[in-house]
Amino acid sequence: MIRLTIRRSAKLACQQAVELVSDYLEGALPRAQRRRFEAHLRDCPDCPEYVAQLRATIALLASIGPDRLSPLTHNELIGLYRRYRTAG
Amino acid sequence: MLAEKYQAAMLSVALTHVRSTAVAEEVVQDAWVGVLRGIDRFERRSTFRTWLFRIVTNRAVSAASRERRSVPVDDIQPAVDRSHFDLAGNWTVPPQPWADQVEDRLVAAKMADRVLAALGDLPPQQRQVVTLRDVQGLSSEEVCAALAISQANQRVLLHRGRSKLRGVIESEFGGTR
Repeated sequence: MIRLTIRRSAKLACQQAVELVSDYLEGALPRAQRRRFEAHLRDCPDCPEYVAQLRATIALLASIGPDRLSPLTHNELIGLYRRYRTAG
Repeated sequence: MLAEKYQAAMLSVALTHVRSTAVAEEVVQDAWVGVLRGIDRFERRSTFRTWLFRIVTNRAVSAASRERRSVPVDDIQPAVDRSHFDLAGNWTVPPQPWADQVEDRLVAAKMADRVLAALGDLPPQQRQVVTLRDVQGLSSEEVCAALAISQANQRVLLHRGRSKLRGVIESEFGGTR
């Protein structure tokens, strides 16, 4: 179990920063924490790449498109659409 | 047509609560009946989609309790394995750069396939949140309403799921050195 206890004055460690990326991208970090996170990104040689990779992951997910979800889900949806149209 | 426009998303929402497609289909049908009966009471305090998903969720939750569904309590795992950090929390095994490479269309297409496959291996709640948010493009508010979870819980599940998928892409690029 991980625990993120971050003191107000403390600098973020990389291990803490990587846990905050989605909250950061969601705009859900409180202002002080957001500033610490951004300060960490400016100073850290590696975490910006981590953030870029998470953004790239999100972009890949968006590129999939709902139509291709999973073969199972996809087939289920096609089947349901067919029945829905036939019935409808 | 309204029903067609929302049918797939409603099914996705229903299927996050119930296992059986047949039950999910019933839930959606039932939800439409609820929508038609309740449309006069729709007060535009939320978007139509949010309201719609809430109705589907309510029906699906009832159906699921009949179906005796059990969802494991969310696992709490770090975004990046602890072995990649020293005791002070600094990287000892930093991420090897690949984010730029997925800007290439062919690389992106290959990785999207890999991510799609890996999505199915995520724990159910993470898969549901990531699918609805990042693939289907629902808002966090809609996902919370659909899955009956808190914003904080939604973000935790989203981050866990995305982090695992990032790890999958990383290993496709040869992993960390």
